[in-house]
Amino acid sequence: MQLKMRRTAALATSSALLLTLALAGCATKSDGAPKSGTPAGNEPVTIEYWQYFYESKKNLVDQLIKEFQDKNPGITVNHVTFPYEQYNEKVAAAVSAGKGPDVINLYYGWLPLYVDSGYLQALPESAFQPATIQKEFFPLVDAAKMDGKYYVVPTAVRTLAMLYNQDLFKAAGIAAPPKTWDELVDQSKKLTKRDGSGKLEQVGFYFNTGGQGHNWYREVLTRQVGVKPLSADQKKVQWGSDDALKAFQWWVDLQKVHKVGEIGFMTDDVTAFKAGKAAMDVDGSFRLGNLKDVPFNFASAELPVGPNGEKHTMASFWANGITKQAKGAKLDASIKFLQFLTQPDVMERWTNATGELPARPEVAQKFANDPKLKGFIDGLPYAHATFFVDEKKDRQALIDAVDSVLLKNTDYKAALQAAAKSVQADFDEYWSKRK
Amino acid sequence: MAVARSQPAPAPGKKPAMRGSTLFRARARWAWLMLSLPLLFFLVVRLLPTLYAMRMSFYDWKILAETHPWVGLANYVKLFKDPNFLQSLRNTFVYVLVGVPLQLALGLVVALAIQSVNRFQGLYRFLYFLPYVTSSIAVGWVWRWMLQEHGGLVNEVLHVFGIPAQKFLGSPTQAIYCIIMAIVWQGLGFSMVIFLAGLEAVPTSFYEAAALDGASAWARFRYITLPLINPTIVFSGIVGTIRYLQVFSEVYSMSSQGAGGPLGSTKTLVLFIYEEAFKSFKMGYASAATVVLFLIIMLLTLLQSRVITRRVEY
Repeated sequence: MQLKMRRTAALATSSALLLTLALAGCATKSDGAPKSGTPAGNEPVTIEYWQYFYESKKNLVDQLIKEFQDKNPGITVNHVTFPYEQYNEKVAAAVSAGKGPDVINLYYGWLPLYVDSGYLQALPESAFQPATIQKEFFPLVDAAKMDGKYYVVPTAVRTLAMLYNQDLFKAAGIAAPPKTWDELVDQSKKLTKRDGSGKLEQVGFYFNTGGQGHNWYREVLTRQVGVKPLSADQKKVQWGSDDALKAFQWWVDLQKVHKVGEIGFMTDDVTAFKAGKAAMDVDGSFRLGNLKDVPFNFASAELPVGPNGEKHTMASFWANGITKQAKGAKLDASIKFLQFLTQPDVMERWTNATGELPARPEVAQKFANDPKLKGFIDGLPYAHATFFVDEKKDRQALIDAVDSVLLKNTDYKAALQAAAKSVQADFDEYWSKRK
Repeated sequence: MAVARSQPAPAPGKKPAMRGSTLFRARARWAWLMLSLPLLFFLVVRLLPTLYAMRMSFYDWKILAETHPWVGLANYVKLFKDPNFLQSLRNTFVYVLVGVPLQLALGLVVALAIQSVNRFQGLYRFLYFLPYVTSSIAVGWVWRWMLQEHGGLVNEVLHVFGIPAQKFLGSPTQAIYCIIMAIVWQGLGFSMVIFLAGLEAVPTSFYEAAALDGASAWARFRYITLPLINPTIVFSGIVGTIRYLQVFSEVYSMSSQGAGGPLGSTKTLVLFIYEEAFKSFKMGYASAATVVLFLIIMLLTLLQSRVITRRVEY
C-alpha cells in the first residue's frame, strides 16, 4: 500500500513537471514564431511608449499622442506609465521576458547601463543629425552621447536653482536672494526661527543630502572651489580630493556650525518649502509642477557663487530613446514619434505643463522672464550633466559622508575620502569591463 | 431549529473498511489528481523560481546584460567582504533577537490580561488585533511622523516632562529600535490571538487543583501555563523569527528615501537584496544574498523546532 501511494505521488509529481515543461515550451514557441512581414507600406503599426507616472506629463503625452495619431494615420501609440519607484523593476522584468517598449523614456544617468547592455539602438543619423542636435540643443544634451553617437534625445531638461519664499524674505527685510556663499549663510541665519526650547520652527535654508543636496555639492560646489568633479576621461572621481574638502566643509557646516537647517526637518525639503517653513531650497525645475498652488509668493534665482566666482549648476534630463526591439515599420513609426516629441512647439507646451525646461535655447528664450523659471533658465548655458556609473550608490555615498560627520563626528576629510573611495571602486569596476 | 444541526455525521475515528480495494485506489487517484493542481502551482510559482535564483547566484547576472558569465562562488566571496552586506546581516539579527522576544512576551502578557477580564473581551481583542490588519507602509509612515525630531508627537510629549528632543529615526543608534518598536506594535495582535488560542486549550481543572494545593499565581503560571502552551510558544517563535528575518516595508517607509539609514544602521538583508537587484540590477549578486538568507531561515527554523520543543505530559 505504502509503495503504491509513493508511486502515485511520483506519478503526480512527474506529470506536474511535464505540464510545466509543456507550458514553458509553448511560451518559447510563440515567442519565436516568425513575425509577419512588415513592409514599410501603409500597413497599420502599433508602437509602445513607456514613461514613469507623473500626472502632468502623462496628461500631456496622452494629448500629444492623439495629435500625433491624427497627423500619422496608421500609427497607433500605446502609452504605458507606472510609478517611478517601479521603473527599474518594470524594465528589468520586461527585458528578461523579451518584451518591452519601442520608445522608452529614461534618465540620462542610466544611459551607460542601457547602452552597454545593448538595449538601445543609436538614433539613426538620417533622422537625428549629430551636428544639428549640437547646434540646436543646449550643450548639456551631450551627456546623451556615447561613443560619439546619440542614443536619446530629450524634450525637456532640468537644472538646479535656488527656490526662495518671497514672503519670508520680505518679512525678514531681505531684498534679494543670495549671490554668494557668504550671503547664503548670512541670510539663512536671519531666516531661521527656533522656539524658546530650541525647537526648529522654520529653516532659513533647507540643508539636505538626499534630495538635490548631493548633486549641488558634487557638480556645483566643487567646481566653485576649482575642482572638476570627475577627470576629463570620466574615470577618476575627483570630488573627494583635498582641494574639494573646502567645499564639502562649507556645505556640511551649514547645518553643523551655522545650524540654518536640518536634515529631515518636516520629512524633506519639498514638504517644508511647500508648507512655507523653509525660506530657501536648492531644487530642480521639475519641482515647479508641485508648487503650483502654494499660498505664498516664491521665485527662483541662480545658485550663489563660491570662492572662485564661477557660476555653475547641475543639469539632468529624462530623454527618449528607441529600443532594439523596434524594427522595420515600427522603427519608422518610432522615429516619427520621437521627432514629433522634440519639436519646438511641443517643447514649449511641455514647459508650460510640467515646469521642465525646453532643451532648445530658441524655446527657452520665451520663458526667460518668468520669475519662477528664470533662475533655472539662466543656468542652462553653464549647466553640467553628471556622468554616473551607479547614480543611487553615488548619492548614498555622499549622504553617508555627511551623516557620519553630523551624527558620529567623523572628521570631514575621512568622511569625504571614504565616500569617494567607494564610488571610485564602482567606477573602476565599470571601466574595467569596457574595452 | 438548533436540533437540526445535530444530524448523524460519520464517526471521525472510524476507518473506511475498503482500504486496498479498487474503489479506494480509484479514490486515491482522484485525490492525487486534485492535489496535482496546487502541487503544480507550488512547483511553478515557488520551487522553480527558488531553484532559478540559486542558479543565478553562481553567475555575474546583470539584468540588462547580453551575457551572464559563470563566476562560481565569486558572488558569495564578495558578499562576505562587502561591509554593506555584513552590516545588513548584523542588523537583521538585531531585529530578530530584540523583536521576537519582545513581541512574544508582550503578546503573552496581553493575552493573559484579556483572558482574565470578564467584560468587553471581544472589544479588547479587536483593538489589539487592529494594527495587524493595517498596511505596514501606513503604519511606518504614521510612526515616522510621530517620531520626528522637530514637532513629532513623541518629542512633544517628552518635552512636557522636560526631556530634550531625541533624534529617533535620525540617529544611527536609536533608529533600529524605533523601527523594531513599530513592528512589535503591529505584530502584537497576531501573537496575542495565537496565545489566546493556546491558553484556551489549558484545562481549567489544572488551575483549580493547583489553587486548592495553595500554589501562587506565579507558580501556576510557571508550572502549568508555560509548559502547556509550549507548542504555541514554539510556533510563535518560529513564525516570528521568519517574519523578523524578512523585515522590509517598515524600514523602507521609515528610513529616509527607503535606504535603511542613517548610515545603513537600519538596513535589513531583504532591503539589501532589493537594492542590489532592482536598483543596481545585479541579479546574480542579489541572488547570492537571497540564498544566504534562505539558509539562515532554514537553519534557525530547524534549530528552534529541535531545541525549544519539549513535550510536557501531566
